[in-house]
Amino acid sequence: MSGLELIDVSKSYGATRVLDGVSLAIGAGEFVAFLGPSGSGKSTLLRIIAGLESLDAGEVWLGGERIDGLAPGARGIAMVFQHYALYPHMTVRENMAFGLVNAGVPKDEIARRIAQAAETLEIATQLDKKPGQMSGGQRQRVAIGRAIVKKPKLFLLDEPLSNLDAALRGRTRVELAQLRTRVDAALVMVTHDQSEAMTLADRIVVMNDRRIQQVGTPAEVYARPANAFVAGFVGSPAMAMLPARVAGHDGARVRIGLPCGADLPTAIPAAAGLEEGAPVTLGLRAEHVTLAPPATPGLPARIDLVERLGDRTYLYARLSDGSEIIAHAPGFSAVRPGEAVTLAVDAAAAHVFTADGTAHHPGPRA
Amino acid sequence: MTGAARRDGWVGYAFVGPFLLVYAAILIVPLLMGLWISLNNADLFGRREWVGLANYAQALGDPVLGQAFANTLTLTLLIVPPLTVIALLLALALNRATRLAAILRGVFFSSLVLSVTIVTLIWRFILTPDAGLVAVGLGALGRAPVPFLSDPAYVIPALAVTTLWWSLGFPIMLFLAGLQQVPHDIYEAAALDGAGRWTVFRRITLPSIRRTLLLVVMLQTAAQLQIFGQAQLLTGGGPGGASRTIVLYIFEVSFGRWELGYATAIAELLFGMILAVTLLQYWLVIRHEEQRA
Repeated sequence: MSGLELIDVSKSYGATRVLDGVSLAIGAGEFVAFLGPSGSGKSTLLRIIAGLESLDAGEVWLGGERIDGLAPGARGIAMVFQHYALYPHMTVRENMAFGLVNAGVPKDEIARRIAQAAETLEIATQLDKKPGQMSGGQRQRVAIGRAIVKKPKLFLLDEPLSNLDAALRGRTRVELAQLRTRVDAALVMVTHDQSEAMTLADRIVVMNDRRIQQVGTPAEVYARPANAFVAGFVGSPAMAMLPARVAGHDGARVRIGLPCGADLPTAIPAAAGLEEGAPVTLGLRAEHVTLAPPATPGLPARIDLVERLGDRTYLYARLSDGSEIIAHAPGFSAVRPGEAVTLAVDAAAAHVFTADGTAHHPGPRA
Repeated sequence: MTGAARRDGWVGYAFVGPFLLVYAAILIVPLLMGLWISLNNADLFGRREWVGLANYAQALGDPVLGQAFANTLTLTLLIVPPLTVIALLLALALNRATRLAAILRGVFFSSLVLSVTIVTLIWRFILTPDAGLVAVGLGALGRAPVPFLSDPAYVIPALAVTTLWWSLGFPIMLFLAGLQQVPHDIYEAAALDGAGRWTVFRRITLPSIRRTLLLVVMLQTAAQLQIFGQAQLLTGGGPGGASRTIVLYIFEVSFGRWELGYATAIAELLFGMILAVTLLQYWLVIRHEEQRA
């Protein structure tokens, strides 16, 4: 494989372990997002790949070459820093040329690459400005340009959108999506924003607590989260997690009982850990919970909070036993906080997590 | 202007006022008084006799002042460049978060808190040809002791070394402060850009602390042009005026010969020279920046 490969990477700061046996393979042209909360180890992993941190154990390979012993500049990697890290005393042109001059690239080749990158990034008129004279979005483009001109085998993006205001974030997201079509390299992005990861990446590496929790396409991570952490972290609003118990089995499928008395036939195949009476957590995404039409059976609930997004409304509600659940309604719902409603649950789409965090997903529909 | 804004204005003046008063009383007024005295024949008993620019004319033709001027300039040139370079190198070495670096920062800074009396005493012990540290060292090598403080060829370098040792602490602190202002991530970006240590120093560190560098050179130039205590205590300006500095000469003229008007004229000339040199340095750096912008 000619992409990036991490083999059993571990890292500690003193007695604090921040990465614990992380292994991962990324294809040559792939766009991968490291997604996780702060302290999950995702930034440390990125810095280890870049060579800005040393690793205690393990190997890093890029393009068939072991790179964990190489200096950062010798790895064929370019990085876009969270705060851009542009050289403030150099012009945009000098910023972009710096790495190429150090690498001994001929002058006319440097000029050619800068001109080309500046054109695609629409900063051709800014080349003689200094970073301090530019807006945040322009600086971001310069930082991306500085990475592009190096023609790296791997791009690292450290929280690329977190410094931008909402309007610029949307536009930059489009630009990052275009970036991958312009460059012949793998991209690794670190983010704590699951919507960035979902929209940009081919695959998402969900990290928490020093380890990789799941690697998969956005669809896989969303539809079949490997454990309760991934289920709760990916998706907005977060998946509702209800305390429950295995109530029994309908043939090969599991039936789940809720404390409020409801009994839900799921599409989850019976498995070890799902014996009758076992305490579990029921995971329900908002799109699988709706307001029940009048006079149909469902779960009685009381509305806590109404979030109207325009095209749809999220209803944060509480069941009779106090457990929290999120429902959705199309368009602008007229439901008010405090109102008593009945919720219809698509139990066939529910997920179940056993006490050790293992996930059970719906099997193929019978 | 609204009432609130006017009140805010007065509150502002109330805060600045005390400082401005003291500043005017101990800096502006003496400066103007000095200017006035320099146009008179004056002594320490208050005698004033208007002579116009005669004191300045005398200063321009005074061979002793000429020698003091040359000595002071030589000392400044011997002290400021090496002081700046050594302080910068030490600051680079000490700019890390280790315990040893913290201890050494204290050690280098400690010489600064010593008074000039102590400093010259220490260096007298080191330089004296009878049993000084250097003499003992030279003796161990079978060499004759060197009379640093009484040989006209050695006295200026000896004063320069003494001053270097005494003055290192403050520029080191300024450089350390400047270095810590440089964002860490641009060093990481430079590492990813494949910059070697020398390239990082020349293209990243040095431009980032350019203003600190200017400050150190300006402050040190202004300080060394006024060099006085070391010369007075270590050599008394000797031998034969070989280490007499401008301020030492001003001191001799005013408190030895009681020619206050003449001494003040020399002081005004020195003030003008320091002002000009400082402005020149500032202008050179700023002009350079503007050309690059």
